[in-house]
Amino acid sequence: MLPLILFYVFATVLVLAAVAVIVSRNPVYSALSLVLCFVTSAAIWLLVEAEFLAIVLVLVYVGAVMVLFLFVVMMLDIDLEELRAGFTRFAWLGWIVAGVIVFEIAGVVLTHKLGIDVTRGAAPLPANYSNTQELGALLYSKYAYPFEIAAMVLLVAIVAAIALTLRHRPNLKAQDIGRQVAARASERVRLVKMDSEHRE
Amino acid sequence: MITLAHLLTLSAVLFALSVAGIFLNRKNVLLLLMCIELLLLAANFNFVAFSRYLGQLDGQIFVFFVLTVAAAESAIGLAILVVLFRERRSINVEELDQLQG
Repeated sequence: MLPLILFYVFATVLVLAAVAVIVSRNPVYSALSLVLCFVTSAAIWLLVEAEFLAIVLVLVYVGAVMVLFLFVVMMLDIDLEELRAGFTRFAWLGWIVAGVIVFEIAGVVLTHKLGIDVTRGAAPLPANYSNTQELGALLYSKYAYPFEIAAMVLLVAIVAAIALTLRHRPNLKAQDIGRQVAARASERVRLVKMDSEHRE
Repeated sequence: MITLAHLLTLSAVLFALSVAGIFLNRKNVLLLLMCIELLLLAANFNFVAFSRYLGQLDGQIFVFFVLTVAAAESAIGLAILVVLFRERRSINVEELDQLQG
């Protein structure tokens, strides 16, 4: 009974936070609401015993992606009024599409049952079951090549992001490390022979 | 007891809200990216739910890959956004008509 109550609490917070993401006036509030969405989703995933993914969601999304979002929101000087203009112009269409999607999916789930009994709970897991260990065993055996490809995707993303935002300023003063290292004392200090001056 | 129907309905509501968000914030690239993140989260909910209730971990592996690709996508998307803002001083979708002949 307690997991179900917790589920309803987290689901309510999740839906309200999702509404806040799409309607709030300021993108900073949207980003923070999205953080709340991810945290409550992680809590729900913990309730259905997907512990590893819950932690990954908090670490990767809240810790990295949303911080990146907040950085970009705060870095850009956006004219909010211009972007908000016509906000409600297609709102009716959006709400209709949203209603149709909910109606369709809930209809399929609740009436056709997808060929399985959707009203049953999950089979209980043994007490010494480790979600992380099982996922790791699967990830490094059956899904080893997709895992490598995922690593490549991340590498490409890093290179692309840096290459896109890198800019060369023409009159930027910077050190040339190679020339500094190659410099020798004999080239830098010039000894000048000259007679000593006589006092008048 | 949390059933499969609970999770699927929650995921449907989340998915529908983010689709509505794409309609509402159609001018703001930043909000569009956030709505896409929310869409992916709703899809991940289904993967996790089915993986748990059918007793197969492959769905959770797939969520792992979706998270990877979503992180890469948002990194590149935000980089493009920064470059766009530097060029145009605006992130309004309606002004992105430079490729027009």
